[in-house]
Amino acid sequence: MSRPRLLALFSFAAAASLFIALVSGPFPISALLVLDSVLDPTPGLVHDVIWQLRAPRALAAFACGGLLALAGALLQVLLRNALADPYVLGVSSGAALGALLAVTLGAGAVLMNAAALTGAACAIAIVFFLSFRSGEWDMYRLLLTGVVLAAGFSALVSLTLVMAPGVQVKGMLYWLMGDLSYADSPVAAWIVLLVVGAAAMAHAVRLDLLALGEVKARSLGLSVKPLQVAIFVGAALATVAAVLLAGSVGFVGLMVPHAVRLMGVAGHRWLLPLAMLLGGAFLTLADTAARTLAAPQQLPVGVLTAIIGVPVMLWLLGKKRAPL
Amino acid sequence: MLRCERLTLAVPGRVLARDVGFEVRRGEIWAVLGANGSGKTTLVHALAGLVPAPAGTVALDGAPLAGRPGAARASLIGILLQQEDAEFWGSVFDYVLLGRFSRARSWYGWQSEDEDAARAALAAVGLTDFAARGYRTLSGGERQRARIAQLLAQDPEVLLLDEPLQHLDLRHQAAVLRLFSTLARERGRAVMMVLHDALWPARICSHALLLHDDGAVESGAAGDMLARERLERLYGCPLQEIETGGTRFFAPL
Repeated sequence: MSRPRLLALFSFAAAASLFIALVSGPFPISALLVLDSVLDPTPGLVHDVIWQLRAPRALAAFACGGLLALAGALLQVLLRNALADPYVLGVSSGAALGALLAVTLGAGAVLMNAAALTGAACAIAIVFFLSFRSGEWDMYRLLLTGVVLAAGFSALVSLTLVMAPGVQVKGMLYWLMGDLSYADSPVAAWIVLLVVGAAAMAHAVRLDLLALGEVKARSLGLSVKPLQVAIFVGAALATVAAVLLAGSVGFVGLMVPHAVRLMGVAGHRWLLPLAMLLGGAFLTLADTAARTLAAPQQLPVGVLTAIIGVPVMLWLLGKKRAPL
Repeated sequence: MLRCERLTLAVPGRVLARDVGFEVRRGEIWAVLGANGSGKTTLVHALAGLVPAPAGTVALDGAPLAGRPGAARASLIGILLQQEDAEFWGSVFDYVLLGRFSRARSWYGWQSEDEDAARAALAAVGLTDFAARGYRTLSGGERQRARIAQLLAQDPEVLLLDEPLQHLDLRHQAAVLRLFSTLARERGRAVMMVLHDALWPARICSHALLLHDDGAVESGAAGDMLARERLERLYGCPLQEIETGGTRFFAPL
């Protein structure tokens, strides 16, 4: 499929996923009523369910998916490693540790978010300063530092889980598997998504160059180091914004960029917007399924992203791709 | 045009040569010859400003290369790398377009002049029909020609070529060298190429630079440098001299 066509298709999918999220839920609201409420908002129960409950959650899911896909695509270029995902820099385990410690100490939602942010920021700072010493910047060291730190944080998270009282463990597990039921207002995440997304798009050609390898990129005139620092900062911001909304939702950041590549899109000018749209639509649908499939029981969305995503990804991998 | 002075060539843990100095002028074609590991690639990387040399200076038209911003440097000096460490997933045309980065005036995307340059470069290496193909579907020799096309699209004043003939069949070896010698003679480009055979230098190069294993460096007119005793010392093996049509070739005995 041509790239403009893919863009049109993914834009439609994004709009459709948001609409489906507004329609679906235990309180029955017909598609027509939703459409009516979107076009002409009049106060009432329907209005409240849509605009107070479903819309913020759908927008949070969409922003989270877009952010994860964006961060994944950026880190796969920066580390030149196909297996890089947003959590490879230890952001999510750092945030998880902060949040779980806060919960264990009996903190409320606001303090928990602050603790998660602190944990994520600490993880990023440690990874950055350990791998960016004396102006030398080695992606291999960056990758390993991130992985090692993430392992350390995960161990501490497990320790916290074991030590925590039984009633708290289930809520904590949801946080670790990715869950949007506690998502705050998605405004901050949307701002990060739009700002980092636009900045990344403006550097699309530079990302293409960097993907050729550092030496090659430099030989073609790219100033590699400032770009690498910018990618690191952008990807870290995107990941933190996503993690604060939904914990660590797996699969999206790793696989969505690859899914777009498997559709034959290579240049970042197209890859980035397509990945953000697909990631957003995918997570919105997965989250809608998570809150409706076993209602009133809510499933962790991170489980569903994998359950839905794995077969789709395997099908894409098995499909014979038309040569470009 | 490209002048280096008291340059030290080193790889981590080992100094290959000290006090290397020479100047490549417009229109000249230099051959860089030496045994494996003698520092040929290290030399062209240092000249291209890809790795800072431990000591010495490289200057372009009198201005030192160090400290020039990336794009300004790449529009003056271009290098064909011996190996590229990453795959490219896009089309051959997109690959060649990336060579225009240092020349592109638009901050986002390419303009028609960039696309024209890429098309002309593809035509020059005979890859016009391959433009829409995936770069990954090319054979080794076709990839080498696409990489040469990318350098042509970059259109620098100084062209450093690290083993430009690798993977190429005889016809394309001749065509590629003709292309570079035309660039030097008719458009005043300075060309420096790392070569491995002792056949082409005598036919197309005006100068040669010999990197000996013991760190000694000799440079001068091709006629003086490409002598049997010198090359036997360079490669550490006996050579046979064949003279035909006024050109001297060398082959291992």
